[in-house]
Amino acid sequence: MTRAPAKKPAARKSAAAPQAAATPAPPARVRPALGPPCVEIEGVHKWYGDTHILRGVDLSIRDNEKVVILGPSGSGKSTLIRCVNALEPYQEGRIKVVGCDLKGPPKEATAARRKTGMVFQQFNLFPHLTILENCTLAPMWVLKKPRKAAEEEAMELLERVHIGEQARKYPAQLSGGQQQRAAIARSLAMNPEIMLFDEPTSALDPEMVGEVLEVMTEMAYEGMTMMVISHEMSFAREVADRVIFMDEGEIVEIAPPDQFFSNPKHERSREFLSRIL
Amino acid sequence: MSDAAVTRAPRLAPRLTAWQWARQNLFGSVADSILTVVVAIVFGWLVWHALDWAVIRADWFGESKEACKSGGACWAVITARWRQVVAGYYPEGHLYRVALAMLFLAVAVFPVVKRDLPAWSALLAPVGVIAAIAILGGANILPSVPTDYWGGIMLNVLVGLTGAIFALPIGILLAFGRRSDLPIIKAFSIGFIEIIRGVPLITLLFMSSVVLPLFLPAGVNLDKLMRALAVVTLFSSAYMAEAVRGGLQSVPKGQREAAHALGLGLLQTTGLVVLPQAIRISIPAIVNTFIGLFKDTSLLYVIAILEVTGVIRQALSDFSWLGLENEGYVFVAFVFWVACFSMSRWSASLEKQTGKEAKPAREPA
Ligand SMILES: Nc1ncnc2c1ncn2[C@@H]1O[C@H](COP(=O)(O)OP(=O)(O)O)[C@@H](O)[C@H]1O
Ligand SMILES: [Mg+2]
Repeated sequence: MTRAPAKKPAARKSAAAPQAAATPAPPARVRPALGPPCVEIEGVHKWYGDTHILRGVDLSIRDNEKVVILGPSGSGKSTLIRCVNALEPYQEGRIKVVGCDLKGPPKEATAARRKTGMVFQQFNLFPHLTILENCTLAPMWVLKKPRKAAEEEAMELLERVHIGEQARKYPAQLSGGQQQRAAIARSLAMNPEIMLFDEPTSALDPEMVGEVLEVMTEMAYEGMTMMVISHEMSFAREVADRVIFMDEGEIVEIAPPDQFFSNPKHERSREFLSRIL
Repeated sequence: MSDAAVTRAPRLAPRLTAWQWARQNLFGSVADSILTVVVAIVFGWLVWHALDWAVIRADWFGESKEACKSGGACWAVITARWRQVVAGYYPEGHLYRVALAMLFLAVAVFPVVKRDLPAWSALLAPVGVIAAIAILGGANILPSVPTDYWGGIMLNVLVGLTGAIFALPIGILLAFGRRSDLPIIKAFSIGFIEIIRGVPLITLLFMSSVVLPLFLPAGVNLDKLMRALAVVTLFSSAYMAEAVRGGLQSVPKGQREAAHALGLGLLQTTGLVVLPQAIRISIPAIVNTFIGLFKDTSLLYVIAILEVTGVIRQALSDFSWLGLENEGYVFVAFVFWVACFSMSRWSASLEKQTGKEAKPAREPA
């Protein structure tokens, strides 16, 4: 794991750029350098009714950075990234995505929302549309792209997640791993600045976990900023710049993966690791 | 596969011959065999008698019941009045307009029956219906034919389809209204749906044709058929709303969230993601409502609109056809059954199609 001071790939934003497809199998796995802050979370509090779910979360994620969020069930991990994607409102604090405040004026809030892509545990593909249509729906209706352009880009993305030949099928005709990769392609089609993953592999049969993690790893090396909730240690070790441990609505510990897994600082982290390892 | 173990070639599952199937399912035991034989005899006897009466010994044509001498059904009562049966008292020289109107109604249902058409084709439905009504009425271009002259099966089809086509969008709006966060809209939708569902259609029809005019200033004369159409539409929209609501409820929350996460707005999420799934789920319930609505068009005769039941009743009260109730009502029943049974078959095939998308068998690797 060399962290070479590589230059930021020029075509980062045109994620569909053919260069990825053109490069032969093992891409040069060099980590792109971190950039300016991409997501800034400051003092975020959230309540469901009277239950205090997020208790003052502060976190800043830089461009190109990948963080893996760990924590026991119910610790507020999902709630946190759902707040970043504006799927949940929060009562106090501030979240900015690439400088746009989620609670800013409507235009700014929409802009902030457009910059995030989300991958769900349950895939949530649209079952009445083909895989290709799933990937072109938002580009055509939100970005107003012409159908042809949208389809071409979607096909490139589907190739990139290795399911190009499934494009005309309906989601139910695909395996879980293929569906999750389709969901990733669907998110990428909107050219997000940051991708959020909420336990993307925990609804999958064990033999399909690998193919999804592989796609996510490729994405990471291509320079996507990622915020991933996952308990896949190998993925965290290889990809994460930082591991974030949450418990009871707070961030308890932030550390590089090697350090976190071998030598956790906090008592609660240690206890959690002893349970899942 | 590098395993040395013997790989068995797959083979077809054993299939029963007709003889084996019958042995297993019809004559599995003594009791089964007796039951099979008894049921077969009773059923055969019933079918034979029905056929004998309705077809073999039937008389098909004639000027009055005197013409029916063979002792079977006297279908002459229907055939002698076929024009009324089909189109009521629509003027003879203008029957081509009835045919044309039916053609437009067919165009109107086309986007519903045929799937995979572009979204704009849904507009064919209201356009087709309005065109059909305009052709029948004249619309100041063709000679005017007042709705008093319309009738027969044509009228059942016209009212049924118009009601269905306009009730569906109203029902969808009501279904959304019922789930709305705005208290006023929610209260209105619930109130409307529950009031309509709690009152028999026949009462509403009487109210429209007897009660409503009492409140209108003298001289204002709303067309009776159009009033009935409005009542039928509103009536079935309440049922349509409940059918669609069931579908809306069964679309998982994750679908909205995924759409939202992709940046789709509320209207786009509803129209492109939620509604198409909800409608597909509620197709059986919607078709059920259509079927109920079509059968309910026979109630129009109580407000003196001559749909097919009314035409037949009129024929039966004619002195030359007295006493042919059996033939008359069997015919009406047959007309409705054919229409409703085809609708239900069609809905079943639609379900099968959508089933393919929703949960197909895993492809063999
Ligand atoms: N819609 C909701 N209403 C009420 N409580 C909720 C809701 N969603 C989540 N919670 C609660 O918030 C807490 C954190 O949930 P979540 O963020 O999903 O945890 P995690 O993803 O870390 O398992 C849990 O205690 C859960 O019960
Ligand atoms: Mg969770």
